[in-house]
Amino acid sequence: MTDATASAPIVSSGSPGGLGRRLSRSLSRHPRVQLGGLLSGPLLWLLLIYVGSLGALLLTSLYTTDAFTGNVVKIISLDNFRELITNPTFRTVTLRTVGIAATVTVIDLVLALPVAFFMAKVASRRTRRALAVAVVLPLWASYLVKAYCWRVILDPAGGVLRKTFGFSPGFGVTGAVLVLAYLWLPYMALPIYVGLEKLPNSLLDASGDLGGRTLRTFWSVVLPLLKPSIIAGAIFTFSLSLGDYIAVQIVGGKAQTIGNLIYRDFGASNLPAAAALAVVPVLIMIGFLVLVRRSGALESL
Amino acid sequence: MTTTTSAPSHRTDRRTRRSRLTSGLAMAAVVSLVAVGCGSSKSTSSSGTVGPKTPGGTAQQSVGAGEGQLDLIAWAGYAENGSNDPAVNWVSKFETDSGCKVNVKVGNTSDEMVQLMKTGQYDGVSASGDATLRLVAGGDVAPVNTDLVPNYQDISPFLKMTQYNSVDGQAFGIPHGWGANLLMWNPAVVTTPPDSWSAVFDSNSPYKGKITAYDSPIYIADAALYLMKTQPDLGIKNPFALNQAQFDASIALLKTQKPLVGEYWADYLKAADAFEKGSLVLGTTWQVIANTIEAAQPGTVKTVLPREGATAWSDTWMVSSKAKHPNCMYKWMDYITSPSAQAQVAEYFGEAPANPKACGLTTDKQHCAVFHATDAAFADQLHYWTTPTKACLDGSGNTDCLDYQQWTQAWNDLRAS
Repeated sequence: MTDATASAPIVSSGSPGGLGRRLSRSLSRHPRVQLGGLLSGPLLWLLLIYVGSLGALLLTSLYTTDAFTGNVVKIISLDNFRELITNPTFRTVTLRTVGIAATVTVIDLVLALPVAFFMAKVASRRTRRALAVAVVLPLWASYLVKAYCWRVILDPAGGVLRKTFGFSPGFGVTGAVLVLAYLWLPYMALPIYVGLEKLPNSLLDASGDLGGRTLRTFWSVVLPLLKPSIIAGAIFTFSLSLGDYIAVQIVGGKAQTIGNLIYRDFGASNLPAAAALAVVPVLIMIGFLVLVRRSGALESL
Repeated sequence: MTTTTSAPSHRTDRRTRRSRLTSGLAMAAVVSLVAVGCGSSKSTSSSGTVGPKTPGGTAQQSVGAGEGQLDLIAWAGYAENGSNDPAVNWVSKFETDSGCKVNVKVGNTSDEMVQLMKTGQYDGVSASGDATLRLVAGGDVAPVNTDLVPNYQDISPFLKMTQYNSVDGQAFGIPHGWGANLLMWNPAVVTTPPDSWSAVFDSNSPYKGKITAYDSPIYIADAALYLMKTQPDLGIKNPFALNQAQFDASIALLKTQKPLVGEYWADYLKAADAFEKGSLVLGTTWQVIANTIEAAQPGTVKTVLPREGATAWSDTWMVSSKAKHPNCMYKWMDYITSPSAQAQVAEYFGEAPANPKACGLTTDKQHCAVFHATDAAFADQLHYWTTPTKACLDGSGNTDCLDYQQWTQAWNDLRAS
């Protein structure tokens, strides 16, 4: 955003005393006004639409619903949040959701690291390009189609897995984790690839010259430098998994995540309860980002 | 000339997340016809009785020219335009006759229908008894002037002005039809034909993981109905009027059922798909689902009305209080209760038509007999979906029953745990 401050000399096309000329002159004398003019649009968007909708969400979560008619009752109360805290089922669902998101993130990391390393450091230029396309390729297909394909793959009765390997985890939490890990892999692989590409080869050589073996080089040289990329990828995979409910609906069997509960409450005309539920993933993400920040990874992002 | 620097706008790549196959099918209805306009205006300027004032406003006094469009919320199989099965189509005729293009949004549960009606984007809904009074109380539907629906006079008398489709002597809709929820199984896997709901509640079931149940709080009544017949000591008179002890027993039964369930269903196409693929082989269903499967893979499933009886539905077409095309909605209500449309929909969905004149027009001449269409005594025995309230619905006068909010809460906990 700070690029906008770099003020280029303004060429005027108007007459010497024209309005445009005077405006540009006064703008060049007041760089702050110039900056304000450039940023007010995006900032307005950020504040009104982005933060504003979050505010509306918070406000809605304080209302309640008439159980019979389903109409929203605009009386401020903390009932929805009390319900979240006191109801043990909700704790189970939150833990399940965070568990799924964390597992998906770890699986994606483990899968993405070797591929990205091969792409950035080993492959020839042509192979690298082909691999980059291969990693991004799944993004070209619709999310829904991919999820339904996985339904065919995982089907416990005569699905692709059952037919070829005689085993399928079926529809459930395991299925949901597999599908989410598949869906979000590019979001982990790309940042890591970019991070590795920026990593100078000379560092790897130096580590080798100093007697570092593969694992040692990886732990002490590559991983610390790669941390910001990994965290960027993890933010994607974690937050996307945290909010997902469609893949879970399609391949998750009976399992429900926070997203499913939000969808359920919305479908049952209980928008306030849905809004209160939606605050939870927001808090989890804030907690996640605070942890990340404490590790110092955000500074070098 | 000022240089404009466009700030990078980060737009997260969000896919349009559509949860249902069905909405896509509904959209197909939009494109299917071109005939718009020239709606035949049936200016039946009736005397019209204006009922008591309700949140939904007053009833319409006349039906003018069609508005060219009609947006409906309907149960699966209630408004077929040939997109699911080219042979199953009674919407196109209505579109040609009335000039109202019909857009159908399939509602999967009564809760979903209530929520969709609140958006104000629909003209009408085929509401079951567990949604009707909630819609009336919420002001989401308008009173209906039955004089404006000529076919209303042919509808079976026992379906008119009931406690779920009228309030204080004012009609709030036109009866559509009624029927029972059925037990469906895959005879290739379930070799002994089941005749009892115990098949889906037996904790030693050999079909563990391949059983299904309907994903809605109203399904608690199915468990209650089973207990009503198998554990008379609980004293359940009506599966929708449960006191705490009866309710707890029903929930306990559903908890023992949960490990048996592979997937709960609400989306009827998803349910049909799972039965076709074989990942589900046994569970509660609607006849229309069995018909859908039968059309795709003949011989895959069979259905039965178990010996304990079943929960059932009696549906009502209601007009939205915010309808943008009320004339088209009145035309639709008259069309869908006409003998020929009733015959088609009753046979396709597998229910008793509200209009007994349909009985002479069904392909299977036994249809009305099989579904006891004109048998008021039989209809009385079924346990129609209705919204549980504190005041018990079993006629006992007790007020210790659990209301729908508590049902929803318990169901949500059961599903999420």
